[in-house]
Amino acid sequence: MKPCYLGIDIGSISTKGVIIDEHHEIIRSLYLWTEGNPIDAVKRLLKGLKSDLPDCYEIKGIGTTGSARKLIGLMVDANIVKNEITAHAVGTLSYYPDVRTILEIGGQDSKIILIDNGIITDYSMNTLCAAGTGSFLSSQAKRLGIPIEEFGELALQSENPVKIAARCTVFAESDLIHKAQLGYEKQDIVAGLCKSIVLNYLNNVGKGKKLKGPIVFQGGVSKNKGVVKYFEEVLHEKVIVDKNSHLMGAIGIAILAHNHQSGKTYSFNIQDISFETKGQECNRCSNHCELLKIYKDEKLVDSWGSKCGKY
Amino acid sequence: MSKKTISFPHMGNYSIPVSYLLQHIVNANVMVAPKITARTIELGTKYSPEFVCTPFKYTLGTFIEALDLKADVLIQAGGGCRYGYYSELQNQILEDLGYQFTYINLVSQGKTDIKKIYHEFKKIDPKFHIGRALYYLFITSKMVKYMDRVDNYIRENIGFEVQSGSFESENQKMLQAFSKTKGVFSLYRMYRKHFKKIKQISIQKPDHCLKIGVIGELYTLMEPFANYNLEMTLAHYGIEVKRYTNAHYLLFEKKKEVKKYLKYAKEYIQYRMGADAADNIGRTKYLCTHGYDGIIHIKSSFCTPEIGAMPIISKICNAYDVPVIFFSFDANTSQVGIETRLEAFYDMIEMRRKK
Repeated sequence: MKPCYLGIDIGSISTKGVIIDEHHEIIRSLYLWTEGNPIDAVKRLLKGLKSDLPDCYEIKGIGTTGSARKLIGLMVDANIVKNEITAHAVGTLSYYPDVRTILEIGGQDSKIILIDNGIITDYSMNTLCAAGTGSFLSSQAKRLGIPIEEFGELALQSENPVKIAARCTVFAESDLIHKAQLGYEKQDIVAGLCKSIVLNYLNNVGKGKKLKGPIVFQGGVSKNKGVVKYFEEVLHEKVIVDKNSHLMGAIGIAILAHNHQSGKTYSFNIQDISFETKGQECNRCSNHCELLKIYKDEKLVDSWGSKCGKY
Repeated sequence: MSKKTISFPHMGNYSIPVSYLLQHIVNANVMVAPKITARTIELGTKYSPEFVCTPFKYTLGTFIEALDLKADVLIQAGGGCRYGYYSELQNQILEDLGYQFTYINLVSQGKTDIKKIYHEFKKIDPKFHIGRALYYLFITSKMVKYMDRVDNYIRENIGFEVQSGSFESENQKMLQAFSKTKGVFSLYRMYRKHFKKIKQISIQKPDHCLKIGVIGELYTLMEPFANYNLEMTLAHYGIEVKRYTNAHYLLFEKKKEVKKYLKYAKEYIQYRMGADAADNIGRTKYLCTHGYDGIIHIKSSFCTPEIGAMPIISKICNAYDVPVIFFSFDANTSQVGIETRLEAFYDMIEMRRKK
């Protein structure tokens, strides 16, 4: 049996899973929508990955990252649970060892990671606002009646992108409607939107940071060719988009799972285990903690949110 | 005239010296307001202007909770930023809510008017005696000094305790003893005894552990509830934490130290920028040049002096190549976001160390 390692990246919009071998080559990968239910998404993910994995492999390590990492880490009994910043950096470094800047735009968050000599030197992440992230793009695509997959192609056709107020999604949206009602062409509006995302990102997350090449762009939005084009235009630098750019977080966490393996062998049976969470407000004291109790096979395995440590 | 009930805002463990002081100088009931909880900040946010800094919301929430428990005298201090206007505004808001109370403002228009405060206290307690007040003020200042000294030691070592919780329980024992002290000498003996005990707590500390300096706005630094227990989280990663701002610094050392800091970091700052901004810039330079692995700057949202200091701090950190991270805490901050950033920060400084 050959060892392999599973990395799961559970984001707000999409759930990504990869299985890598000991040389960090991808054996299988899967990308599907989270649809607001991370537990179910991971079950579907595991089912999908299992169905086409050759029999000669056994899983020696599981890592989880992304916003639901803690919950899913508990569910699959992962040997490592890590934040997405470290995971993305590790994953990208395995493909591009001399990368200096990683731009990442996902469904709800966007981040920038600066790297020097293979170590992270600086990073930042969007805080309060989801302006210029994937979910904003997809909601605007829906408004304009364009499938999100064609969004980038359409933007490339434009020669005069319209100017769209970039600071905030609410302003951007009203400005976009305004421009549409004035009669601007669709591809110009789409291109303007792509450009506004780039400017917003650089003003928000990339503020005050020196971006040096090689620059790698990843996350779901990196698949949008329009955004890539405007990044190159604004930064005057080539922006690399890997064919696995959407999987980098999952690859990174799988590598980390390899590095931190405990000798345990995992199976895919997790998908049959019943896994439930129950939210509840504790009224024992004035803290009024929001408790989240987690049941695995109808047995309480953990509870979160308590400030006093009673649970 | 019936006995009055005095209350005051919370900040860290300082309710112990403050209530000790008040108990000994005024003939009134001293009420330590309920601990800060989610409800406190909810109440505070509800009645505060949206864009006021977060300490205003915390202290207003605490006042409302205290008033609901029948407190009728409130004490608030002030400082060299928007903190200087807290009193007037909170007084007005609480009056509009229909509460009956006396509001004692220790710092008005940037100055402490001792005569006015004396008269305020005279109204509450006709037998209020200034000599007695000064004597207990002296004891209390010593108490704060000892507390802060012990606190500094604990902060550097709590991440390495063998049995978790041992520092906290010894510290609580010391604070309990302090609250019953009879005089300056008995206080000193207690301090010696308890500090010795705290120093005996067994720790496993590597020779070159990771060190982080925490700087920023005073209230967010000193009230663990306001910074989502940042220091404890860092300690759990096995990091030695250095923090300068404490009550003793603000009350007794600041005046002198600011001048030193201005001289020390004169290539970055020439004059004071209000509150602790100049201090933090000086500290940044110190931390960068004294082998610290990283700097965490925290503030409440909309804290103007610190917003002014931030670009200078990142410039210094760039020059010395020391990682820095900025946090703004608000009533609506999500805990997960903080955890993600802190964990990544820890990963980053650990990776740098290994190289």
